[in-house]
Amino acid sequence: MRDVAALALQELGGFSLLVAETAREVVRRRPEWRVLMGQLYHHGVLSVAIATVTALFTGMVLALQTSYSLAAYGAKFFVGDVVALSLVRELGPVLTSLMVGGRVGAGITAEVGTMKVTEQVDAIRAMAASPVRKLVVPKVLAILLMLPILVVLADFVGIMGGLIIATTSLNQPAVFYMQHVIKALSPQDIMSGLGKTVVFALLIAFIACYKGLNATGGADGVGRATTETVVAASLTVLISDFFLTKLFLAF
Amino acid sequence: MGGAFIRFVDVHKGFGAKKVLQGITFDILRGETMVVLGGSGSGKSVLLRHIIGLHRPDRGQVVVDGEDIVGFDEEQLVPVRKKVAMLFQGGALFDSMTVEENVGYGLREHTDQSDEAIMAAVRAKLSLVELEGVEHLMPSELSGGMRKRVALARSIAMDPQGILYDEPTTGLDPVTANTINDLIRNMQARLNVTSVVVTHDIQSAFLVGDRIAFLHEGRMLFVGTVDEARRSREAALRHFLNGGRAEGHA
Repeated sequence: MRDVAALALQELGGFSLLVAETAREVVRRRPEWRVLMGQLYHHGVLSVAIATVTALFTGMVLALQTSYSLAAYGAKFFVGDVVALSLVRELGPVLTSLMVGGRVGAGITAEVGTMKVTEQVDAIRAMAASPVRKLVVPKVLAILLMLPILVVLADFVGIMGGLIIATTSLNQPAVFYMQHVIKALSPQDIMSGLGKTVVFALLIAFIACYKGLNATGGADGVGRATTETVVAASLTVLISDFFLTKLFLAF
Repeated sequence: MGGAFIRFVDVHKGFGAKKVLQGITFDILRGETMVVLGGSGSGKSVLLRHIIGLHRPDRGQVVVDGEDIVGFDEEQLVPVRKKVAMLFQGGALFDSMTVEENVGYGLREHTDQSDEAIMAAVRAKLSLVELEGVEHLMPSELSGGMRKRVALARSIAMDPQGILYDEPTTGLDPVTANTINDLIRNMQARLNVTSVVVTHDIQSAFLVGDRIAFLHEGRMLFVGTVDEARRSREAALRHFLNGGRAEGHA
């Protein structure tokens, strides 16, 4: 038991040091634009498909399920409200973070982990450069910038998915559905969704980099680290979502 | 040759319960090629990594060019790492970069030279390791021997005063291994650098070394010239040099 506690403390300490070192590097030196652009493309643009497909079908399922449940109360007209609020406040940020987090997190840990076990990370240090600045900073900044954009896109696509069902299966006019969507959403709903996303982005990026930088023992170790990243990133997104929801509801 | 360029004083290092280095004390003189010979798991790579602060000792001093670097943070280690370069066992070339970007990495990082100047410097270093026309290749397109040469070109790109070689001939065929041995000798002759070569390859050790240090189970059992190593009566060293066979059967 004491060993487990010591290990947990050690992991937390290492993670905190990585966050602090990254913050220091971000403040101290300008990011390398060329590298950052590559990361934005790799982690952001290439994640558009996974984020939008997830959102489209979630929006359609939401519309179907809520129309079915609300029909019992004669409140089918509120499908637009329910789809918009559920997506923007909750499902857009969480599902996008889970899906993109899995894709991006696994990719980062595999890349950084392979560099670690083939001594490329040590080679960066040996050439008097900082692995945190070279590897971690561009990845953290890219995810921090791209995840909120992907979430906004996912929210929009999800609402459009709901629109498809509302107009085809529920015989609602498109204008009627959209009026309900617009009326239901307040700026606070959008801000709370995006606020969560920023925290999720940081968690995913730092967990993935930390696991990669601490990978040991060849291909086996990199595989293990990659699995740990997906599990840890998914769980922390879901757990922190509860606390962030409580926090945002308090304001 | 001058005084000590690198000095280990009673260096201890362990990982968990495993003691890897147990009181290492020896000097590496300026301009010499010191070979650290030892079997697998004897702690020789760990020893090498202490010289540029990739590992920190639990106890003892590591002095590089007159400065005790134990306790230096990453920022303070920058001048040490510019002064002493390292060639990693597998080359540790950056997979995602071309040969040119790999060799020019240090120059881009630490100088304001133009792309043309860096390209010229990269070509010059590649020709020193007898490679031409490979600038635009990716590391995955190179053979094992070529990877080692490119890695060596990357190590000497910043004109270091010292080069650390971690198992430079491991995994290479005998002919390629010999060309790497020649290159190590060449580097010392042409660049006048201090070299530390960690290896378990006895032939390579005798070819490239001015002096030999023998590391066995975390302890330095012998330090002396190549001839002294050949004549040494130290039992573990004799056993190692004879390839594990009894005396007289070698």
